[in-house]
Amino acid sequence: MARTLKLRIWRGNDEDGALQDVTVEGNNGEVVLDIIHRVQATQLGDLAVRWNCKAGKCGSCSMEINGKPRLACMTQISAYGDDEVITITPLRAFPVIKDLVTDVSFNYKKALEVRAYEHPVDLKPGEARMQQVDVERSQEFRKCIECFLCQDTCHVIRDHEENKKSFAGPRFFIRIAELDMHPLDTLRNRKQSAQTEHGLGMCNITKCCTEVCPEHIRITDNAIIPMKERVVDVKYDPLRWLGSVIRKRDGIL
Amino acid sequence: MTQNIERYKYDIVVIGAGGAGLRAAVEAREAGLTVAIVCKSLFGKAHTVMAEGGAAASMGNVNEKDNWMVHFRDTMRGGKFLNHYRMAELHAKEAPDRIWELETWGALFDRTKEGKISQRNFGGHEYPRLAHVGDRTGLELIRTMQQRIVALQQIDARETGNPETNIRVFAEVTITEILKENGKVAGAYGYRRENGVEVLFEAPAVVIATGGVGKTFKITSNSWEGTGDGHALALKAGANLVDMEFLQFHPTGMVWPLSVKGILVTESVRGEGGILTNSLGERFMFKYIPDVFKNQYADNVEEADRWYIDQDNNRRPPELLPRDEVARAINSEVKAGRGTEHGGVFLDVSKRLSAEIIKKRLPSMWHQFYELAGVDITKEAMEVGPTCHYVMGGVEVDPDTAAAVGVDGLFAAGEVAGGMHGSNRLGGNSLTDLLVFGRRAGMGAVAYVKSHGTNSVADSTIEKAATRIAAPFTRTGGENAYSLHQELQEITHNLVGIIRTKAELAEAIEKIADIRKRSANISVTGDRMFNPGFHLAFDLDNMLLVAESTAKSALLREESRGGHTRDDFPGMNPTWRQVNHISSFDGMKVNIKAQPLPVLPKELFDLFDVHELEKYMTPQEISKGGSN
Repeated sequence: MARTLKLRIWRGNDEDGALQDVTVEGNNGEVVLDIIHRVQATQLGDLAVRWNCKAGKCGSCSMEINGKPRLACMTQISAYGDDEVITITPLRAFPVIKDLVTDVSFNYKKALEVRAYEHPVDLKPGEARMQQVDVERSQEFRKCIECFLCQDTCHVIRDHEENKKSFAGPRFFIRIAELDMHPLDTLRNRKQSAQTEHGLGMCNITKCCTEVCPEHIRITDNAIIPMKERVVDVKYDPLRWLGSVIRKRDGIL
Repeated sequence: MTQNIERYKYDIVVIGAGGAGLRAAVEAREAGLTVAIVCKSLFGKAHTVMAEGGAAASMGNVNEKDNWMVHFRDTMRGGKFLNHYRMAELHAKEAPDRIWELETWGALFDRTKEGKISQRNFGGHEYPRLAHVGDRTGLELIRTMQQRIVALQQIDARETGNPETNIRVFAEVTITEILKENGKVAGAYGYRRENGVEVLFEAPAVVIATGGVGKTFKITSNSWEGTGDGHALALKAGANLVDMEFLQFHPTGMVWPLSVKGILVTESVRGEGGILTNSLGERFMFKYIPDVFKNQYADNVEEADRWYIDQDNNRRPPELLPRDEVARAINSEVKAGRGTEHGGVFLDVSKRLSAEIIKKRLPSMWHQFYELAGVDITKEAMEVGPTCHYVMGGVEVDPDTAAAVGVDGLFAAGEVAGGMHGSNRLGGNSLTDLLVFGRRAGMGAVAYVKSHGTNSVADSTIEKAATRIAAPFTRTGGENAYSLHQELQEITHNLVGIIRTKAELAEAIEKIADIRKRSANISVTGDRMFNPGFHLAFDLDNMLLVAESTAKSALLREESRGGHTRDDFPGMNPTWRQVNHISSFDGMKVNIKAQPLPVLPKELFDLFDVHELEKYMTPQEISKGGSN
């Protein structure tokens, strides 16, 4: 069943731009990305939008729809009333390249700062044995499709440009947690480095990241809070602190 | 124009950042060479992330009777013996090592009770063989490779102070041309999608790993990236494509709602026990077991159901036939008026597995249907139908080095390469294909660069490439790329689809030629800043070449085999099995020639029961018993 949709789409770049009113047909079952494509094909041939899989698996079509960070391919138009204007804007936490496309290179820079997985040197290919229950904890975080909606919504990044330097953001806290819980990873002190190098302490657990995650990863509960608790344990438990000093063990975390 | 371009020099340029491209890049970097990875999307978004079911490798973790020979046999059967035997052999032998290697880079596959990598059943595979992570195996694979590249960059950062010393990713760059000097590859030319700035890569070796061609068709599981870029770049550079008539229509794509029509429903649904029924409630696949598969597939419900419990003493359910068989069966049911309301059939896993297990083993399918179609697959059936999924045809390569035949310095791996899968690919063979031949392409390119050295690009060559990029902006009031693309998709869908005829293919060839003529007059509105209309102009040119090659090869092949079904030649013909169709490009049009298929050597011939081979081969071939 066709209906007429009223959209307001951001057009412009980082320095200059405005919301443009667009009226376009929509059909039952369509998602916002379909509508944007229709606008592109029929009205605004040069409207810029990033997308790929159109099935919620690649995390490319991240944008803000009525102010909420969302994947356009997973947002049904039926969620919006007949008279409702749908406002579509680029991710606010990152510089706009053009229209709905933002420069997300910040995230790739942060990815480079998280020390990679380190395989046990004496464990040959094919010899690894792990129980399903042990890999599942990290697997939850490996579901991440890198849509960066969590990064976009996180107040530490969104409202404070100056924090970007010292704060890796929820996407990379789950990366660190994933490696920390990886049954085979040999690099020690990942939690400590989350605190000292990646700004874990700046997170004040408002759970906004968890709310927007299209993969329903429990970022705050399963990654951030457990890491924070362990970091605090060691930092403030005098016995463990003493132990780590006397025995010079770096692997206490 | 040429003074404003970005210029880079590398040992190797890899086009495409999916599984094959990244694996090639890792290989080249580990051999000490410098590599540029160029991709149309952001890093980590390539179509590999869409692979769901798993990666086939005969590790024998679940059934220890599995080994490379069984895998090789399954692959050849799946491809109806049109595969390049050497590729199928290398793939079957090396796949386990490639999977285990991913574990050393941090991949976390699902486990067996003994703690080994778990393996699941899939169509055409005799034993449980697919290493998997739920139904998001492709994501695990690409993320692992991506993180491996980051790991290598971290090493360079520590040693040289710059993470991009040896390996650099150029995301959101389209390559429009492979550059050649003195008859050999000299680099690649393209533009940044973000702002249209042109980019020159000087490199003596180029690895094409650009994936598939699905966007040539109207209903496809492929994203916008699958526009046959590598196929077309290779053709234009003087390489050949082999057997482009073979396209895989995956039997189960979503059919409703319209907006998601074509999106993939993983074969794992059937591997986990999903059954196919028509609108009469009939489990119809029992009617469609071809003679060549009668010994391996159950012809009654009772035996098929017992197989899930006892695989040694029962034949497999026919839902797990190779994809081409299942796709044709669904197509026939729908055409006979036994389809669902939205023109598909029902796929139901809710009666076999508990809701909890479905959500655990098929999480993204559950999510996809729930969010996009409002269907809860733990309680009700899905509606599915065929969708254009994969191209078996591709660049003709030397199996061992992945070197493109006919062009020095050019390599191809993954979906863009042809030969490995014959006339039909088995599910799960793609992910290991990427790893096995991605690595081999990397090794091939390294060896080539070490023995050939650099090959610099002449200014005149750059000027020519730049002129082509600027052209759409110099025209006004010309053709619209979006409309031409839609026209092309209608033609391929209606005339070059699952079932083909001589008259329709001839009509398609004429119509494609007409669009090609009109596409020379495409004009673009707006400027070079992230302009999708501008991007489509180049993608369309590639799709047109691919469609022409497919239609022309399909017209010539007067038989039905795998991903090529001719209504006017419904049977498989052993004489045609000995023929590869080679496409080449003369600057104006695609030409097709027949070329003999490489003959199975005796040691591989002997892996089969001769009575099975008799179903595929001529009596003369059987009496020869292999090539040596």
